[in-house]
Amino acid sequence: MTTSAKSVRGLGSAGVGTQHHIRQRVTALALVFLVPWFLYSIIHACKAGYEGALIWVAQPVNAILLILTLSAALYHMRLGMQVVIEDYIAKSGTRQALLILNTFATIALATATILSVLKIWFTAGA
Amino acid sequence: MAGPGGADPRPLSPHLQIWKWHWTMAGSIFHRVSGVGLYGGAFLIGAWLIALATGPEAYAFIEGIAFSLPGQILLFLWSMAVLYHLANGLRHLIWDGPMVGFKPGVASLWSMFNFAFAIIGAAAIWSLASFY
Repeated sequence: MTTSAKSVRGLGSAGVGTQHHIRQRVTALALVFLVPWFLYSIIHACKAGYEGALIWVAQPVNAILLILTLSAALYHMRLGMQVVIEDYIAKSGTRQALLILNTFATIALATATILSVLKIWFTAGA
Repeated sequence: MAGPGGADPRPLSPHLQIWKWHWTMAGSIFHRVSGVGLYGGAFLIGAWLIALATGPEAYAFIEGIAFSLPGQILLFLWSMAVLYHLANGLRHLIWDGPMVGFKPGVASLWSMFNFAFAIIGAAAIWSLASFY
């Protein structure tokens, strides 16, 4: 005899939702402080042209806060996009592929941008 | 949802098109929409930073795009999405932490405030930035 319960048994929660939720909130908490700083700073840096932007990134405080902003934002982004993919993509193969792509894309961007900050810090810094 | 054991005759939840739009619903949907938009925006902001580290030619190329009309419109929308996601995200933290703001009237008003904050805030930032 087949009941409805039998078809879903073993397909329940993976048990990692709480950790995801907390990480999403902790990165959000960091970003509440980092994002206003970033908005203010990036406008200043953009208006200063190439040389001015280099000088701005090369200042240790700015470089440190930039790396923190990038880390928190990209981790937060990855968690958020993961939920969006899980909510809307029901097809298993496509879903898995997009989840992996999400991880690769955010980590690639984090690596490239953080390395950019470090390069500017080490080469343009006093 | 119909499983392998046959369709379950339980009712489905109402679909989007028969819901009456209200502020908290719009607020929640736009939180996700702005989040997805910011995901794309991060790659553009990242391109700016990578170009800055690459050299003056790469930077000039990115600057050319950023200061063009479509670039400026995109950046304005980006700043609006940042402010909205920030304000509404702060509300999520207040919902989860001190757990206040759930009363329907308060929740609706708060949603309206977040939309207003994003629009007025972005306009204020851009007008201030053009003076300095």
